[in-house]
Amino acid sequence: MSGKRALYLAGIAVVCAWVLVPLWFIAANALGGQAVISAWPKPFIPDAFSLVTLGEFLAIEGVFRAMLIGIEVAVLCTIFSVLLGLPAGYALARYTFRGANAFRLMVLLTRAFPVGILALPLTVGFIRLGLYDTPLGIALMHTALALPFAVLVSASLFQAIPRELEEAAWVFGCSPFQAAIRVVMPLALPGVSAVAIFAFVISWNEVFAASVLSARNRTLTAYLLAMLSESPLTYQFAGGLLLIVPSVLFIFLVRKHLFAMWGIASR
Amino acid sequence: MRGRNLPYLLIAPAVIFLAVLFFIPLVQTIALAFETRSGPGLGNFVRMADDLNFHDAVVNTFRFVGLAVPLQLAAALGMAMMLRHLGKGRDLVLWIWTIPLGLSDLAAGLIWLAILNDKGYLASLLFHLGIVSEPQSWLTYESPFALFVAVVIAEFWRATAIVIVILVAGLQLVPKEYAEAASVFGASPWRIFTRITLPLMKPSIQSALILRTVLAFEAFAVVIAIGGRNFPVLVSEAYNWQNFNQEPSVAAAYAVVVMGLSLAATALWLRLLRTPAEQRG
Amino acid sequence: MAGITIDGIRKSFGNTTALEAVDLEVADHEFVALLGPSGCGKTTLLRIIAGLETQTAGRVLIGGRDITGLPPRARGLAMVFQNYAVFPHLRVRDNIAFGLKMTGADTARIERQVKRTAGLLQLEKLLDRYPAQLSGGQRQRVAVARALAVEPAVLLMDEPLSNLDALLRLDMRAELKEVLREAGTTTIYVTHDQTEAMALADRIAVLHSGRIEQIGTPSDIYHTPATRFVGSFVGSPPMNFLANGTRILGIRPEDLDIVPNGDGMAFHVSVVEPLGAQTLLTGTANNQMIRVALAGEHHIPPGADLHIRPRPDRIRWMDAATGRALPAGTEPTP
Repeated sequence: MSGKRALYLAGIAVVCAWVLVPLWFIAANALGGQAVISAWPKPFIPDAFSLVTLGEFLAIEGVFRAMLIGIEVAVLCTIFSVLLGLPAGYALARYTFRGANAFRLMVLLTRAFPVGILALPLTVGFIRLGLYDTPLGIALMHTALALPFAVLVSASLFQAIPRELEEAAWVFGCSPFQAAIRVVMPLALPGVSAVAIFAFVISWNEVFAASVLSARNRTLTAYLLAMLSESPLTYQFAGGLLLIVPSVLFIFLVRKHLFAMWGIASR
Repeated sequence: MRGRNLPYLLIAPAVIFLAVLFFIPLVQTIALAFETRSGPGLGNFVRMADDLNFHDAVVNTFRFVGLAVPLQLAAALGMAMMLRHLGKGRDLVLWIWTIPLGLSDLAAGLIWLAILNDKGYLASLLFHLGIVSEPQSWLTYESPFALFVAVVIAEFWRATAIVIVILVAGLQLVPKEYAEAASVFGASPWRIFTRITLPLMKPSIQSALILRTVLAFEAFAVVIAIGGRNFPVLVSEAYNWQNFNQEPSVAAAYAVVVMGLSLAATALWLRLLRTPAEQRG
Repeated sequence: MAGITIDGIRKSFGNTTALEAVDLEVADHEFVALLGPSGCGKTTLLRIIAGLETQTAGRVLIGGRDITGLPPRARGLAMVFQNYAVFPHLRVRDNIAFGLKMTGADTARIERQVKRTAGLLQLEKLLDRYPAQLSGGQRQRVAVARALAVEPAVLLMDEPLSNLDALLRLDMRAELKEVLREAGTTTIYVTHDQTEAMALADRIAVLHSGRIEQIGTPSDIYHTPATRFVGSFVGSPPMNFLANGTRILGIRPEDLDIVPNGDGMAFHVSVVEPLGAQTLLTGTANNQMIRVALAGEHHIPPGADLHIRPRPDRIRWMDAATGRALPAGTEPTP
């Protein structure tokens, strides 16, 4: 191996370490047991791993519940985004119709806004509708964040499925609906699941709207933010780890679609 | 005719949804910001500007966005170019580099808090190296510059991933033949990068910058996680006015300022990095 | 009985007219090729017959039944698509069976038909593969097998060979002809390749800017083109056209003979292309470009001055203004 190549690979390794080592540190902090918390200097590899801190954190009143609410909100947001986004994406991909460009522009426009902030005026209306401080209310707001993404990505997914396949299905006896179920959906499924996972992560991570729209029924992210100032560092790190795990897992699941999706969604 | 209405039927739910949960709150936010007890006016903006933290929030926000976003772009460009020469293991490296993409800014803030707090891993490393002898408290109001650097590092660590993804995706659309043609005609690697690759990547650089600038103006949990209330930015002030001061209209005024900045940044990037129609391949 | 009647089909997209009042009669068991350059409307016509496109005016009848308003699935036809449109998520077996399953055929019939058509197209060993594991030619066969499996009254084919490489195309063409003759299905076949149309079809309909220029057997189309367009589009190299007052003399390159000096017309050779089976000469006569195709090999140097004469029985006279062939008996003597 030439020196240049070695230097290049070393560079790659350094960047990998830059990403991975901080993740390791928060895990070591959260899983290192009682000893790590007050240790000085901190051991880079804890002497023993234990789930004690994590267990204590989960035992705090409200934490486990916040986690469940966070999951509930994210699942609702995923369902809404897919149910609303797929048909719209299909329409953009398959039909030319007056207003198609206006609709696309409207969807793109939402990106120029910090959508989470728009939760501010919603509190009043949500209180009136009984949506304030409910998982459904937060999920609706999160859908406004995830939906534009779902529309654009599913449009590109459907565009990548040749129209001829659908036409062949029609010629060979399918109604349009049957063709959508038997031919289009199986082919779009991997991409659709990636869209769903992204909607989940967007919701799971969102903190501003979730904080503004809830008081007692907080998602894990909003709960953590609210208790930052009054909880010890260890619990903050345990909470941080809980936030990270599902996200990292999900990114692993969608890694194959990441580039196709962003290549198209950001055009 | 049913067939002709079908596309409208398909987009209707999404349109109605966005109207109710995007456009209406958008209008409401603006209305709320300009609403005072004595009718419409700039009262909320005056109260916002008179607040002690306002000046710091504006300065901090601009410094934060102005440093974090260009850093992310530069690093992501470099990383995207590095990937081009990687054969085996490219997928693995790419996955590792994009892990932070799925993390919230709160999580990123907590991760860097674990490293940068007084008994954190950075202080421990310096101790092992013999540079310091006792815990170091950097992240206090007494050292705003250290706070600022910590927040930028956390956001840089987290959000460079999304820029990489957008740039790599864009790079995949640029045929390698252009660079090969340039090298056949004698261009050096650096000239190929600046004269061929970079201009062809302009559309993806543009969308990465728009996305990142808007989201950077919006970041606040990372700021709260690392600096508490010692490093105010515009959105964290909006959050405080809403949650602690119970003054939604001043919070809305902050929101309008943030929206204005986001729109201005988007317009700026659209204009600075536009690709003329005749150059689109 | 499944003849096809196309009755005054018109199609316009906004202000542009893709088809203007096309009439075409296809007999039961007949193979008709729609031949024309891209944009002539041939694919649009095929898609209207399939029900994938809605015509602006006119009717389509299959076996005497008006199918104009029916959706594709109710028309009782099968289609082979340009890019095959073989379902990538289904095995070859399920692709072939797809149409039968949709019509609710019983398992025994499905199995029988899959076996039969797979045998016909030599796919027996590939039945459990996915399309991604097949070559282009094999995918093409699956598309044909899928169409034949439903035993359609009418088979529509849209440039089915255009995505194959040249050698494979030749093989598939012969194979297709054999398979379709055995099946005896009424077929409409869209192509821009005149050799393909000549090789396969019982009759050819030549389309040009949304109009049928001529319908006839391959021999009719080749030897007695009805218009200047047909003469220049069919045949490679195309027919020569020599202006002669208000008339045009059309003559195929192979219908020009080299004659001794002093006879016929003077021909100055500029390019010589020895193609093996024939030698192609390009040059000028009477200041007009002429191509001459001589059978076999000839050692003629570029720049040579020769004399050529058209075979009188092969001359096609056309009106210079309309580009239409003149009716027999009105031609002048050369």
